Amino acid sequence: MNRIDSLFKNKPSDVLTIYFTAGYPNLDDTESIILGLAKAGVDLIEIGMPYSDPLADGPVIQASSKEALKNGMNLDLLFDQLEDIRSKTQVPLVLMGYYNQVIQYGLEPFCKKANQVGVDGLILPDLPLDEYKKLCAPLFMQYELTCTFLVTPSSTDERIREIDAASSGFLYAVSSHSITGGDSANNLSDYGSRLAALNLKNPVQVGFGIHDAKSFQAATAIANGGIIGSAFIKALSKEEVLENKIYSFIEGIRV
Amino acid sequence: MSMYNANKKGFYGKFGGAYIPELLHNNVEELRLTYLDILGSDEFKTDFDGLLKDYVGRPTPLYLAQNLSEQYQTNIYLKREDLTHTGAHKINNTIGQILVAKKLGKKRIIAETGAGQHGVATATVCALMGLECIVYMGEIDIQRQAPNVARMKMLGATVVPATSGSKTLKDATNEAIRDWINHPHDTHYIIGSVVGPHPYPDMVARLQSVISQEMRLQLKQKTGSETPTAIIACVGGGSNAAGAFYHFLEDENVQLIACEASGMGVDSGKTAATSFVGTEGVLHGSKSLLMQTKDGQVVEPYSISAGLDYPGIGPMHANLFETKRASFVAVTDKEALDAALELTRLEGIIPALESAHALASLKQLQFKKEDVVVINLSGRGDKDLSTYMKHFEL
Ligand SMILES: Cc1ncc(COP(=O)(O)O)c(C=O)c1O
Repeated sequence: MNRIDSLFKNKPSDVLTIYFTAGYPNLDDTESIILGLAKAGVDLIEIGMPYSDPLADGPVIQASSKEALKNGMNLDLLFDQLEDIRSKTQVPLVLMGYYNQVIQYGLEPFCKKANQVGVDGLILPDLPLDEYKKLCAPLFMQYELTCTFLVTPSSTDERIREIDAASSGFLYAVSSHSITGGDSANNLSDYGSRLAALNLKNPVQVGFGIHDAKSFQAATAIANGGIIGSAFIKALSKEEVLENKIYSFIEGIRV
Repeated sequence: MSMYNANKKGFYGKFGGAYIPELLHNNVEELRLTYLDILGSDEFKTDFDGLLKDYVGRPTPLYLAQNLSEQYQTNIYLKREDLTHTGAHKINNTIGQILVAKKLGKKRIIAETGAGQHGVATATVCALMGLECIVYMGEIDIQRQAPNVARMKMLGATVVPATSGSKTLKDATNEAIRDWINHPHDTHYIIGSVVGPHPYPDMVARLQSVISQEMRLQLKQKTGSETPTAIIACVGGGSNAAGAFYHFLEDENVQLIACEASGMGVDSGKTAATSFVGTEGVLHGSKSLLMQTKDGQVVEPYSISAGLDYPGIGPMHANLFETKRASFVAVTDKEALDAALELTRLEGIIPALESAHALASLKQLQFKKEDVVVINLSGRGDKDLSTYMKHFEL
């Protein structure tokens, strides 16, 4: 069974997902961040593939992406860095980035490589459902990669059902109408009841704007868990020892 | 069904579509579901045609440039978009889109701009209609284009510097899209070219198509035939070219010539000639040709002309390139400057630097004495005076 599916089967609530940008703060931090997060008890990790034009992202992730690219991060290097990861941890790993990166790498080579290094799923926010169904779904299936799509508070019920049907692994419920890094993820109960009433086939992770224990609890109250990105990246910096920083950040979320 | 126009899903061959995060789905869907009805309504047509005529100053003349014709030993007509209100074709699109925005009940208008022409055209229609206007402009372009920044401010617009990425047009567009994500209900995004997710490329092409609609009538009157030998236009994102080509797309005997800015030269690494150095990719919500690294990172373009300094081209043009319906010509900074001076001295018309790229192609092309060549003079050169002063030591 795919690691993401078993995660949600064994742990249907309080699932903590952390996003980080590969290549930030330092080019070679990928493995230490993943292992640090796993050790701190994070359930699922999203590895951001830094992109020059991250449309859906706010200033923090933009800046980390820019820095990561400046550090020299690219997809070949990222796959190299992940080569041995599965001998060290079984934490579910998802790659998150923009569709152009995948097109340019080549859809099949990308899927094959991701599968080979032990990646479990993908999140490509600008991949349209139509194109996914036509071009991507068979390959993602063949290479055992889940595909998570986003829904928002203004998605209609019909649209949410359609997206849920196409998604696998989990569904990404965006907390509010904003790019990443806002702080508006506190009042979620209406959204939560609507999602609950739809009887979705996928577990749901709430993301965008989750930045502290309180907003994480707001997410877990309406879904299987929450995703933290910008707040985690803000907490990282070149100067400090990563493992300590990661540990204290996660401790602050899971009070 | 035409093979050169968008199909129902917004594809021109394999290019186009709507590659957008779900956060934009409702905004884009609202437009997709309504734009054809709005553009086709009597109310819209009356308002649009009326404003184009009395406010913009259309139809723009089709002028037989006799001295230029003499120089190149053929018959050269200039479509005088430079004579429109605000000085470029950009206003055709903003007039149309502000009417669409009003119809949709939007209160807040956002736009991106590079050289500032589209920003000025947007600020102008917002002043006219009394709508709030926010223009995103790269921090670097704000410094390069001070007079247009002042015009926008005088017109009441707020100019917001885009400080992300490379701080130019591409990033201003990213910022405008992010603003739209953050304002899903009350805001309309007036994109300035035939780029962006479906339905933008098709909608903007339709609004600019007034250029070729007028050309057909004017050519008939002046030459006896509605169709010329060739139509030449510059391509940044491609809106003036789309407008100039639109009603000739199916006339396969009319040569369509798209001029791209190659900056310091196609292979110099300092270029914006997308069709020459680009590959298939996704930028700003549509699949097209794109200047990018082998890792899929968007490459920063370069051209002396801020309006052509864009790493992509609209999907319509990518398809015209792919199907070979249009031929693409690369023009360097130097060639464009020479052509600008040549037109000025021969005809007494100072062209925009963008339009000068279309004029410069005459040196690379061969026409017969009896041919009829139309050049879309997309804008006037006032905004480029500081560049001209520097290069011509005025
Ligand atoms: C005068 C003029 N021509 C051409 C362009 C390029 O845009 P497009 O390719 O969309 O016509 C611009 C853009 O600013 C412009 O100001």
